[in-house]
Amino acid sequence: MKLTKTILILFVCLIASAFTMEIAEGYQVGDVIEDFKLKNIDDTMVSLSDYKEAKGFVIIFTCNQCPYSVVNEDRIIALDLKYKILGYPVIAINPNDPRASKGDGFEDMKVRASEKGFTFPYLFDEGQNVYPKFGATKTPHVYIVSKSGMNVEYIGAIDNSSRKPEAVTEKYVEDALDALLAGKKLVKTKTRAIGCSIKVF
Amino acid sequence: MIKKCLVTLLLISLLCSCKNEEITSVQSYTYNELKPLLEKNDGKTYVINFWATWCAPCVKELPAFEKINKEYVAKNVTVILVSLDFPKQVAKRLIPFINKKKLQSKVVLLNDINENFWIKAIDSSWSGAIPATIIYNGKDRKFYEQSFDYDQLETELQPFL
Repeated sequence: MKLTKTILILFVCLIASAFTMEIAEGYQVGDVIEDFKLKNIDDTMVSLSDYKEAKGFVIIFTCNQCPYSVVNEDRIIALDLKYKILGYPVIAINPNDPRASKGDGFEDMKVRASEKGFTFPYLFDEGQNVYPKFGATKTPHVYIVSKSGMNVEYIGAIDNSSRKPEAVTEKYVEDALDALLAGKKLVKTKTRAIGCSIKVF
Repeated sequence: MIKKCLVTLLLISLLCSCKNEEITSVQSYTYNELKPLLEKNDGKTYVINFWATWCAPCVKELPAFEKINKEYVAKNVTVILVSLDFPKQVAKRLIPFINKKKLQSKVVLLNDINENFWIKAIDSSWSGAIPATIIYNGKDRKFYEQSFDYDQLETELQPFL
């Protein structure tokens, strides 16, 4: 009886930990992602399946408020301008709940996008259903996805000097995209940078 | 008369400086310089919090860390607040913030752009989001990528004491 009880408890713990781990981690490199449908700042709904011609996507969780996002805005625009025509458009998603992050509301997103002249969709993760699937934890947080199998190819930072653009010596996202375009294996599939935790109400 | 005035002024300024203890600088570390602070083995328990003045949830949880630093000093607990403020914001934001909030815990600046290296060196599970916290002593170490309130932090600290 005692043994059964112990085993039962262990089993419950195992299941519980498996669940929490799954929620915390989200997509890993190689995983197949689900498409989503989110509202863009031009009030249209955007899905990845809308991009018939794309070879893949540079999905970037970012926001209005985080200094690490702000300091990367110009780099995100440059990435979109360079790689959209090659088949890898930037899709930016704001994962923050505006009730927990002042200045991250849908109208604020429109203002910021127009101030900076965003060349890419800037989607609002209304209800915060998309970012947990990716396992995004912060802004900015980049996921490169190839369209053929909808696989995650790369997770991480834009480059190796997130907060100081003039000191960049390695452009992680560009290197990954160049490798994908050349049909080569990616050298780095996972990198890290500091960012602002995603705000939950 | 002038002498008297000067003495009074001197006394007042002395009093003020004793009471406020305003800081004028924060020591800046590269990761390699910070590392020894993250692996001391001197019988003390360290609570290391990674934060920044621009990080709202970090600022919100600072009082919990300040309280731990004050309440657990007799139990050999030391809190170190590692700021990730941008270097150009140190004089403009970080130092005034420390003085305004009268932070008593030791504050240091981690100024090292090689984030892809040191984030995983600090903990392999850290995605890079802040706030993040380490509690460690010579025997044990735990890392947390989360926010804390005082009760949660105290609960996590207990097994280390």
